[in-house]
Amino acid sequence: MGEFNSQIPFEQRAAGPLTASGIEILQINVGYRCNLECKHCHVEAGPARHELMSKKIMETCLKILKEYPVPTIDITGGAPETHPELPWFLEQCAGLKRRLQVRTNGVILLEKEFAAFIDLYARLGIELVVSFPHMDVKITDRQRGNGVYHKLIEAIRKLNDKGYGRAGSGLILNLVHNPGGAYLPGPQKSLEEHYRQVLQEKFGIVFNDLFCITNMPIGRYLDYLQRTDNYEDYMSALVNAFNPATLANVMCKTTLSVAWDGKLYDCDFNQVLGMPVNSGAPGNIAVFDFSRLASRRIVTGNHCYGCTAGAGSSCRGTLAPSDQQECSGSAV
Amino acid sequence: MADYYEKKDLADFANIGEYSPSLGQKYFDYYGEATNAGALTAREKALIALAVATTQKCPYCIDAYTNQCLSLGVSPEEMMEAVHVGAAMVAGVVLAHSTQMRKIIKKKEM
Repeated sequence: MGEFNSQIPFEQRAAGPLTASGIEILQINVGYRCNLECKHCHVEAGPARHELMSKKIMETCLKILKEYPVPTIDITGGAPETHPELPWFLEQCAGLKRRLQVRTNGVILLEKEFAAFIDLYARLGIELVVSFPHMDVKITDRQRGNGVYHKLIEAIRKLNDKGYGRAGSGLILNLVHNPGGAYLPGPQKSLEEHYRQVLQEKFGIVFNDLFCITNMPIGRYLDYLQRTDNYEDYMSALVNAFNPATLANVMCKTTLSVAWDGKLYDCDFNQVLGMPVNSGAPGNIAVFDFSRLASRRIVTGNHCYGCTAGAGSSCRGTLAPSDQQECSGSAV
Repeated sequence: MADYYEKKDLADFANIGEYSPSLGQKYFDYYGEATNAGALTAREKALIALAVATTQKCPYCIDAYTNQCLSLGVSPEEMMEAVHVGAAMVAGVVLAHSTQMRKIIKKKEM
């Protein structure tokens, strides 16, 4: 990744190393293949990617989940649906009676080959997290591809018809906002109100919660920042918005990320950066050691400013207790 | 002039209470309360602030509130509409002041 030398290294700013406080979420990345090539995708997923988790590694994940009471299973990719073993894997995971969620790009559910996943997700009570970057058509389509905005509307409508996002159904549909350029997300509460109003009034569709996720300065997004001469400004914005209150809840403290090849990481971002778990903790799912991993020292870098700016950012949105503190920084 | 209106000065805004911390704090408290969402949403307030920033030609405010609007999911078209409201108001203010001119002309005419 690009170097950012003009500011204090993250670990120094955080006043010491971060340490895990358990494993509450096993985030399983089943592969980098995707039917889309979104500009903000830190994984750089796309149709040409061939990395795919083997069934053997999936079985190892299940064995570990059976053995240890990790409360949440979080499945991500790429587009997880492109993994041929996903239906089997989901059935197995659902049998474990944990909180089970899938991060889907949404639009894949409109493709004939993958449409059956809507029924499967609903039957297994799987929580869905769908990327929906912006309420403006042009901005969403620019980021995720032409036509994606209206496809998302259609996909959400189908999910709503199944009960997803509707009160009392028990089927959770959460959306993800992330900025469509070189700026930080605003307060989650304000954005959620805006999303709710637009989607309800214009399209009559509903969702449960909106997660605001700060774009990480890695992958395709880093290329964009550097290509457009926005990198220094963006990093300054992140560093200036550093909020120590986010450190207590930062997702790596309770999440363990399993890559498609079984390697273990503190988060999906470290996975992409090739920064595996360290400090003596076993680095592969095949040699999983709960107690050592649950108290491991987290591997950090300056990209970690992305999760700790303003109200903070995680795979479940903002982190700080109050949502009033905005990422977007300086007032005048 | 090279030292005026430097981009990095925006980050120094937090220090405007220097030499007068008590008044500075009062200003920030007031600023925070006035600009946080209330009866108006955060988006509406940010658009008002953007219109004021452009009409007052403050480069720091324009920087801050363009970013703020982007962060709040405001589209470029919505931002430009707000700027046009500001521009129309400024034009109206100028034209309204021609009343004074017209009154003087009328008084001076034979």
